Amino acid sequence: METNQTTRGATWLRMLTGAAAPRYDWPSVQVCDAPLAGQPARWIAVVPDPANRFPRARNGEVGLVEGWQLAKALQDLVDEDRDAPVKRPVVAVIDVPSQAYGRREEAFGIHQALAGAAGAYAQARLAGHPVIGLIVGLAMSGAFLAHCYQANRLVALDDPGVMVHAMGKASAARVTLRTVEALEQLAASVPPMAYDIQNYASLGLLWKTLQVSDPAHPNEQDLAQVAGTLEAALADIMEDQERSLSTRLQGRHRAASRRVRELLEQEWEAGNQTN
Amino acid sequence: MSTPIEQLLTRDSFIERNARSRATALLDAGTMRELAGPFARLHSPWLAKQQLVTQSDDGVVVAKGLMNGKPTVVLAIEGGFQGGSMGEIGAAKIAGSLELAARDNRKGIPTQAVILFETGGVRLQEANLGLAGIAEIQSAIVDLRRYQPVVGVSAGTVGCYGGMSIAAGLCSYLVVTREARLGLNGPQVIEQEAGVAEFDARNRALIWGLTGGEQRTASGLADACVADDTLEIRATVAALFARGVPARHRSERAADYLAALARVDTSTQPVAADVRAIYPHGDA
Repeated sequence: METNQTTRGATWLRMLTGAAAPRYDWPSVQVCDAPLAGQPARWIAVVPDPANRFPRARNGEVGLVEGWQLAKALQDLVDEDRDAPVKRPVVAVIDVPSQAYGRREEAFGIHQALAGAAGAYAQARLAGHPVIGLIVGLAMSGAFLAHCYQANRLVALDDPGVMVHAMGKASAARVTLRTVEALEQLAASVPPMAYDIQNYASLGLLWKTLQVSDPAHPNEQDLAQVAGTLEAALADIMEDQERSLSTRLQGRHRAASRRVRELLEQEWEAGNQTN
Repeated sequence: MSTPIEQLLTRDSFIERNARSRATALLDAGTMRELAGPFARLHSPWLAKQQLVTQSDDGVVVAKGLMNGKPTVVLAIEGGFQGGSMGEIGAAKIAGSLELAARDNRKGIPTQAVILFETGGVRLQEANLGLAGIAEIQSAIVDLRRYQPVVGVSAGTVGCYGGMSIAAGLCSYLVVTREARLGLNGPQVIEQEAGVAEFDARNRALIWGLTGGEQRTASGLADACVADDTLEIRATVAALFARGVPARHRSERAADYLAALARVDTSTQPVAADVRAIYPHGDA
């Protein structure tokens, strides 16, 4: 793994926004305003803060404070645009190695902080803000649920340093009573268990993947390519009346998700007549 | 007045009931109808690929019926199957039902939902599809709670962990018992990721002291801590529905929680009393 893994989010945020001034005085949750497709947009990334008061959240993890700050940033946006005819888009630049694992975090209810963030992203989307998630590095587990699995569209760089998963390999092996080697073997044949972005893309959860020349140090061409894809994602959201996550259900590995929903719908209506 | 022993003998335990029985008990007598039930044979395709045991309902019961005469769907997770973990099918049953309940409300039918959380979170054998399914559950809770309260119950003994603890944090109201535990990261995982000094997964007193139902209620992260008694749980859920949609959901109180967290002394590890002092009576 590259040593500068966790700074990818900060790099892409800075370059895509032209180093726009931060909107809040927050070291680990960076929020700024910069145009997308020539229109105002809000950009958000979670970045490392080596001086974080919470020691388990110093490497870019989403912790207690980060979760609630994400929530605050999105609530402020929704409030500011409450009466606006056009709601500003949100771009979440995603490079989050994990949620913060620690005793302080559990004691003070990190689950509730992450619910703050996930709920605020969902509320922004339901309020009509186009929400785009750009995965440039890691998108792990609870951290990804908080920032920002609730997006209308998810875009990921196609690169070995880009990974999506529910749990790190060592912990996943411990919980499932397997060795790391056995876990890796299974991951090779069971697509939802894999850690790489190509297998993840096969699940149908991403809107687009794109290859750039250097994901850790993007050049002008890389930037233009990513900006173009974000603009296309915005246009795609604007054309779509749907504000739910239903576009994610079409993947070839999601037949069971579709089957369950069909069945529920058939049986639900019958229930409304008798109940 | 009966003695505590008599009360114990006559009590109808909720924890000892399985998911289907819990759902039935919460709904008005004779109104429970199961959707996408075990005879639909919705076996996890992913567990089967790994030569692991499947179950024909994938560990989630969708029960539609009435609660005090109101259209209600109960989504009950079976903690006894794969630790209540969320795979593709179980998550789709919960998310799909919540989506239909929200659609009902948009059509003028005031369907409300109860979720019974007995879950370790994502089923790691279905990893990314479990995680995606949980994101869809979270989305559907936020949609539905605009119209009707979404009430979560975690009775025990599995508890509520991982991405599903975040889903619980999105509910309008949360009911727990003393046996319940509510937290993002399970003790084993914290010990694995951060070391035994950070969290000793064998220290039961530490786990329940910080994340148990009583502590969560005393610090305002849950709304009611009730006895393991089916009638009491049902009455508590009904009373919470009667309160209506809260003016502000717990997950919307970012400014309050940020202000409270600014008061935390992070130089030492907190004990339960520290948390109660920072979040007094739940007024973060």
